[in-house]
Amino acid sequence: MTILVVAEHTNAALAPATLNTVAAAQKIGGDVHVLIAGAGCGAAAEAAGKIAGVAKVLVADNAAFAHQLPENVAPLVAELGAGYSHILAAATSNGKNILPRVAAQLDVDQISEIISVESADTFKRPIYAGNAIATVQSSAAVKVITVRSTGFDPVAAEGGSAAVEAVSAGGDAGKSAFVGEELAKSDRPELTAAKIVVSGGRGMQNGDNFKHLYALADKLGAAVGASRAAVDAGFVPNDMQVGQTGKIVAPQLYIAVGISGAIQHLAGMKDSKVIVAINKDEEAPIFQVADYGLVADLFEAIPELEKLV
Amino acid sequence: MKVLVAVKRVVDYNVKVRVKADSSGVDLANVKMSMNPFCEIAVEEAVRLKEKGVASEIVVVSIGPTAAQEQLRTALALGADRAILVESAEELNSLAVAKLLKAVADKEQPQLVILGKQAIDSDNNQTGQMLGALTGFAQGTFASQVEVAGDKVNVTREIDGGLQTVALNLPAIVTTDLRLNEPRYASLPNIMKAKKKPLEVVTPDALGVATTSTVKTLKVEAPATRQAGIKVKSVAELVEKLKNEAKVI
Repeated sequence: MTILVVAEHTNAALAPATLNTVAAAQKIGGDVHVLIAGAGCGAAAEAAGKIAGVAKVLVADNAAFAHQLPENVAPLVAELGAGYSHILAAATSNGKNILPRVAAQLDVDQISEIISVESADTFKRPIYAGNAIATVQSSAAVKVITVRSTGFDPVAAEGGSAAVEAVSAGGDAGKSAFVGEELAKSDRPELTAAKIVVSGGRGMQNGDNFKHLYALADKLGAAVGASRAAVDAGFVPNDMQVGQTGKIVAPQLYIAVGISGAIQHLAGMKDSKVIVAINKDEEAPIFQVADYGLVADLFEAIPELEKLV
Repeated sequence: MKVLVAVKRVVDYNVKVRVKADSSGVDLANVKMSMNPFCEIAVEEAVRLKEKGVASEIVVVSIGPTAAQEQLRTALALGADRAILVESAEELNSLAVAKLLKAVADKEQPQLVILGKQAIDSDNNQTGQMLGALTGFAQGTFASQVEVAGDKVNVTREIDGGLQTVALNLPAIVTTDLRLNEPRYASLPNIMKAKKKPLEVVTPDALGVATTSTVKTLKVEAPATRQAGIKVKSVAELVEKLKNEAKVI
C-alpha cells in the first residue's frame, strides 16, 4: 500500500496542514509519498523531504500549477495517483477544490473531512454540521480523501530524508486563468493552527470594536476569529469566519465574545479543549458548551481581561 | 445564455437533528425540510443574471425524492423558468449526483451551471467539482462574485487566506459561497405562477446513469457531548480558573 499526499503549500513554504495530512496517511499505514505541484516550488519540495516518515517527494514544477488551478492540477494528481491505494489532501480551500475533481476523473467516490482512521478502508467524518459522526467504508480501488487537520496531530517537520524526484506530467488545460488575489495580512498566528483563538460575534457592534479583541489576542499570542454574523455585517473579512462554512478550529482555548452559539458556529469550534463564553445574554446557547461562562458586558469584561492576563 | 441550477432538498438549517437509536442515520421523519441554503444562493444568482440580460433561460434541476418537487416549485417561484426532477428514493452520493447532472447538462447544453458549494446535510463539498471533471468544464468554487464578460466568466473565490479571482472559459461551473448574494423571498403571486411552470420528472435509468457507489455508511452516531461547564462571577475569577484549573494561559 502506497499513499499519495497532495501537499498544501505556497511554492516557497509548506503549509502546516500538510503535516496533519501526513499523520493521517501514517495511520492508514504504508509508504507515504508527497506531491508538490507548483511553480518555483523547490523550497516547498525541500521542506517536504524533511518531513518525518515521508518515503518520496514528487515535484511537478510547471507554470500551469502556480496557483493550484484545479483544471490543471486535478489531471496531474489523477494521472500520478492512479497507481496509489489512497490519495489524501488537507481539507483546505485548495484540497476541497481539487480532490473531488480528481476522484470523479478516477471514477471513484470521495470521502470529505475525515476526523479519524478506523482502518485502511474505514473512516469517521462529521455530517449535519458536526451533529452526527458517520463511519464510512470505501471499496474503491483508489481511496480519495480530504483530511480535517484538527483531527490529527501533526508529524514532525524535521527528521526525514526522502528522495526528491521531478515529474514532468501535466500542463495547462487552457480552460482557466489566475487573475489576482487579495490576501489578508496579519502578524497573528494562523487561525487553524493557533493554540488560543479569540472570536467576536454580532455583539461586537462594529468593526472598530474588534480592536479590543486584537489587543487581548496579542497579549495571549492568539489568533482572532469571528462568527458569520460579524463577517456578514462587514466587521471583519470572511477568512476569519469560524464555523460549518468557514474554518474549523480546535485550539487549547477558545474565547467566544458576543457570540450566541448557533449550530453552524459550534460546528467550527466545539472540539476546542477549553471554551470560554463572554455574553450578556445568560440564555445564549454558547453557555451550553462553554467550560467557563461569564455573563457580562463584553465592553467592560474584555479590557479588564486584557489587563489581568 | 442558458443557466442550469442544481438544488437539493435538505433538513432545514435551524433543525437540531437527532441520530436514530439504531445508528442507521439521522431521524428525518416529521422534520422540517427546505432548500439547501447554498442552493438558494445559486438560484438567486441565476435570477440576477437573467435580470441583467445575461441569462436567457434558467433550468433548475433536483435529484431526490418525489417531495423535492416542493423545492423545485420554490425555485420556479423565485424566477427559474422550468424544472427537472431526477427522481431517486435513495440518498445518492456526490459522484452519482454529478453523473446525473452531467447527463442533464448534455441534454440541456447550458453555458453556466451554478450549484451550492456544499449541502448542509452531507457536508461533502464535492458535486460541483466532480461535475467539472465529468464535463471538462472549468470550475469557480466558493464564489463570492460572478461576472460574465463575453465568452468568459470572472469568479472571485473565497480561499483560506482571503480572496482569489480566476477567469474561466465558458461553459463553466460555479459553486456559491454564502456571501455571493442575499436570496429574495418568493411573493404569493409568483408562487401561484410557479404552479403553472413546466416540471419534468425523469429517472436515473432513463438518463442511462448507474448510481452505484463505492462508499457505504456503516453507522451514524451522536458526537461526544461536552460536559456542562460553570459560570464564573467576575473576570478575575475567570483568569484565575484559566491559569490554575484549566492551565491554558
